[in-house]
Amino acid sequence: MNFPAELKYAQTDEWVRVENGIATIGISDYAQDALGDVVYFEFSVEAGDQVKAGGQLGQVDSAKASSEVILPVSGVVTEINEAVSDDAEILNQDPYGTAWLLKIKMDDPAELEKLLTAEAYQAFRLG
Amino acid sequence: MFTPHTQKDVEVMLKAIGIGKVEDLFSEIPEKFRFPELQLPPGLSEMEAADELESIANANGNTKTLLNFLGAGAYDHYVPAAVDMLLRRGEFYTAYTPYQPEISQGTLQAIFEYQSLICELTGMDVANASHYDGATAAAEAVILAYHHLKGKRTKFLISRAVNPQYREVMRTYVRGNQDISIEGDDAETGIDPSMEKLIAQIDADTALVMVQYPDFFGRVIDYKPLIEAAHNAGALVAVAVNPTALGVLTPPGEIGADIVFGEGQPLGIPLSYGGPYLGIFAVTNDLLRKISGRLVGETVDNAGRLAYVLTLTAREQHIRREKATSNICTNQGLMALASTIYMSLLGKQGFEAVSNLCYQKAHYAAAQIGSIQGYKQLFSETPFFHEFVVRSPQPAAHLLDDLRAYDILGGYDLSKEYPELEGCLLIAVTEKIAKEDIDLLHDALIEVTHD
Repeated sequence: MNFPAELKYAQTDEWVRVENGIATIGISDYAQDALGDVVYFEFSVEAGDQVKAGGQLGQVDSAKASSEVILPVSGVVTEINEAVSDDAEILNQDPYGTAWLLKIKMDDPAELEKLLTAEAYQAFRLG
Repeated sequence: MFTPHTQKDVEVMLKAIGIGKVEDLFSEIPEKFRFPELQLPPGLSEMEAADELESIANANGNTKTLLNFLGAGAYDHYVPAAVDMLLRRGEFYTAYTPYQPEISQGTLQAIFEYQSLICELTGMDVANASHYDGATAAAEAVILAYHHLKGKRTKFLISRAVNPQYREVMRTYVRGNQDISIEGDDAETGIDPSMEKLIAQIDADTALVMVQYPDFFGRVIDYKPLIEAAHNAGALVAVAVNPTALGVLTPPGEIGADIVFGEGQPLGIPLSYGGPYLGIFAVTNDLLRKISGRLVGETVDNAGRLAYVLTLTAREQHIRREKATSNICTNQGLMALASTIYMSLLGKQGFEAVSNLCYQKAHYAAAQIGSIQGYKQLFSETPFFHEFVVRSPQPAAHLLDDLRAYDILGGYDLSKEYPELEGCLLIAVTEKIAKEDIDLLHDALIEVTHD
């Protein structure tokens, strides 16, 4: 199972990569593995929305469960990856790459401090 | 005798709550109201009870002995004997999808066939395994639109020409949700077939526009301008249908409806007060994940054999819980089966023939009644299916009472729901009505009007 060191993680299994104040967000390899075969993904927010950390980002359905994806940071949604809603299976295949979910222009970079490092997240999940 | 607890169980429970005997639980109730003596007549034998119940039942009128022109949402069609015969087989005689559904391949196949027939009839991509009736299906359409648009739009425009009972049930359903405002069915917006005043109310906050086809007055209105206006504003369109009418009319799926629902009773289900009836519900592929209720899909098993399964269950309430579009998953399995048998027996040609007979006979009736001195067919410039509105020279309620003396159910008194239609009768004509029956109604109307 893959926990890229350059990313930050939420305890609710989302990852965040920040470049120039823009956070790219997705779900972790651990999350896609726990979900099993993903069949459907639906965004709860759209580009232009002002969103708050802790709110719902989207809904992911697998063959055995339906789960919420949570927003790890606050800000304005700048872009949504329609490729995921068109073909949710890519969440299983490439959760850190082509299956990124959305980009947010962050309000408060300090929010990153509350997220976990790869090492801490791996320890949290795999013990 | 049903004995839920032994004497010992009761003693343990009484001791646990610290009282001596069961009667002590009722000590709060004043003595004189405890265990009142019921003034019941002496018991009857089975034979006497059957007689008594039959005499009570006979106080009801029924469509076997009365000539029936009453419709207004439920219609008196001929049901072939084979429908009941097959329906009452023990294998089918349950309203429920089994809890281990795939073990009952026959039940699932019947539902799959039902869904396929409904899709064909409505011109839609996906139909669910049914709802309770037309009114609850209408309410599900409102909830679906609300969730599909993520609760961001709050205005639900419902035509005043949608069945008043559907509108009442919708309001009951959403009463607890402050975000949903059901409007557009006021007297000011009215019932003009141009729909202009309703279209004018469509805006960026509108989630859903709902119309009926044919509408409550039997009128067949071209909804293309309304659907276009709704879609331009980003709203969904739900169309309530009478399935029988779709034998001759263009299916709403072909003119852009997002949701098609309706009362399935005309499809082989007898008239009865309180049901059971059948809620038809179908959507476009775009709304596939939002449709409530059960969905049966066709697949192959691990040996490559044709098999039926419950599919897309992740959207259902037992998995999605409070995030589900709806918490309804009960369907009218037996009634859906009745309609499946009915449609299969009639076939495509037979179905069209029933639809066409209703249409032709209703038009003969409208012409006959419209020719009576003092009577006028309303909306006569708008096409209609098998139901039409007639303004009579006297209050409709009196007229209907007088017609009962001729063993005729003359129709529906519209003034009850539409004060603007005082003295107006809604008259339905199905294939069961003969030309002679229509002439009988015509003659009876002349007699009761000149009394």
